[in-house]
Amino acid sequence: MNTKTSNFAQTVLERSDFAVIARWIKPKTKVLDLGCGDGALLGYLRDTLQVSGYGIENDDANVLACIKNGINVVQMNLEDGLSGFEAQSFDVVILSQTLQAVYQTERIVQEMLRVGKEVIVTFPNFGYWRHRLNILGGNMPMSKSLPHQWYNTPNVHMCTIHDFDEFCASHGIRISERLVMTNGNKISWLPNVFGSLAMYRFEPR
Amino acid sequence: MGMSNVASVGIVTPQTAHFSEPLALKSGAVLPAFDLVYETYGTLNAERSNVILVCHALSGTHHVAGNYSEEDKYPGWWDNIVGSGRPLDTDKFFIIGVNNLGGCHGSTGPASIDPTTQQPWGSRFPVVTVEDWVAAQARLADKLGIQTFAAVMGGSLGGMQALQWTLSFPDRVRHALVIAAAPNLTAQNIAFNEVARQAIITDPEFHNGDFYAHSVVPRRGLRLARMLGHITYLSDDAMGEKFGRKLKHDAVKYSFDVEFEMESYLRYQGDKFAGEFDANTYLRMTRALDYYDPAAQYNGDLSAALAKAKAQFLVISFTSDWRFSPARSREIVKALLENERTVSYAELTAAHGHDAFLMPDPQYHAIVNAYMQRVAGEIV
Repeated sequence: MNTKTSNFAQTVLERSDFAVIARWIKPKTKVLDLGCGDGALLGYLRDTLQVSGYGIENDDANVLACIKNGINVVQMNLEDGLSGFEAQSFDVVILSQTLQAVYQTERIVQEMLRVGKEVIVTFPNFGYWRHRLNILGGNMPMSKSLPHQWYNTPNVHMCTIHDFDEFCASHGIRISERLVMTNGNKISWLPNVFGSLAMYRFEPR
Repeated sequence: MGMSNVASVGIVTPQTAHFSEPLALKSGAVLPAFDLVYETYGTLNAERSNVILVCHALSGTHHVAGNYSEEDKYPGWWDNIVGSGRPLDTDKFFIIGVNNLGGCHGSTGPASIDPTTQQPWGSRFPVVTVEDWVAAQARLADKLGIQTFAAVMGGSLGGMQALQWTLSFPDRVRHALVIAAAPNLTAQNIAFNEVARQAIITDPEFHNGDFYAHSVVPRRGLRLARMLGHITYLSDDAMGEKFGRKLKHDAVKYSFDVEFEMESYLRYQGDKFAGEFDANTYLRMTRALDYYDPAAQYNGDLSAALAKAKAQFLVISFTSDWRFSPARSREIVKALLENERTVSYAELTAAHGHDAFLMPDPQYHAIVNAYMQRVAGEIV
């Protein structure tokens, strides 16, 4: 589960993916953010696009932060699925930098496609060159996008952009748009090497 | 909240409001006139916009917070949440607690004198519903010149009233805090209520509800009803932790006297309750719980039922509450989400079962406090 606990405004500044996600979302739509942390993304989307946003979060401190920030939050464990939500009941379902921290990856992606008319997934690219160097040097990768030590990381399912492309292909998921970034800049050349953050948009089922 | 200025509301005094206009009840019966006893904490602002209504549960009263005298050892039933610097901050809000119609703590109820007969109402006191309570509470709000509540809140049966406020008077509630509640009772819950009622009704001293004339009280029935209730308000774990298999005496006596601490606790609670609560009120409170089902007139579609609610919601449940389980609160949340209402839901990890809503758990109070700060911020 998500462990973003930083101060609300600080989070907005640090998260270069927010502006891209906002570009992919139409104003005044109904948005569900899975693993919403302190609600920073939803707050940003509410303020810039007037979306009707809801977050799902399991961590007590984050739920409290969302309520303090005036973000609609539903406390539940993502791993239990989204059985409380009707099919196609949200315009957009977002999994922002949380994919790598969930156990039941396949189930959650399928659930997102069931509940959302559109799906956005972002994750830190394990294939980023700094991570590759770390491993060559004999250590587990650490970077701005992977800030934890191996022993305290919430991440359990790290993948590269290449891995995720294969996952989508083998699960019948059609990618409508893919954007790879490093420090807020778009990476077009060798994205699986030079990109630290991958952002995907899926076509509706 | 600063620790230094956290304080109880101190000494409080209940007030009584009389209503001489008849009240038509959901059952079709009409109450020609009635009294409601209530308490208030904090100061009503000039715009009358800082008002919180706290609705009570099965055995609750208007005495939400504070004490009646310096010697009074037992504060109101939700004292830990009301006061200066507490989640329901009396420096910001004007808080009202009201004893519901059919109650036995001052509001008109079965033990009250029916003016037409000059006898206690007894068995003739009508069956009241959650909707009737809300209608009566609205009369009190009218009398106090309060058009809109900043928030209406309650736990358990009180949470049902908070929910019903948003349906009966969508324009008069800005926020609803629905805590440890459910959109209706499960069959198991109705079953518990029925056992409690049967304990009372089959007590020879119940006299079909007109025991007042016989100068007796169906104590055995009330006592059993309360003992059963207490079992269901606690979790297995909480009971185990508090009592376990601890014995009252050094060794068992091979008797049917009190052997275990658990038995001692239940008997104490049962006796205490039987000495202060009205049997007819207990029957009516449990019936109000049984009947409450806002989705019933929408073919069970709770989303359709809640479509008329305009309030913003905070829904809270407790993991070990098996009488009003988190799954039931999630039904409310789901229906509100489907209506795109502003809603947050906290599912609190708590060991105390249904009673957790009365406990001062830090995360629970922090959530309510954070939410109420927002409510306060909107007050003009």
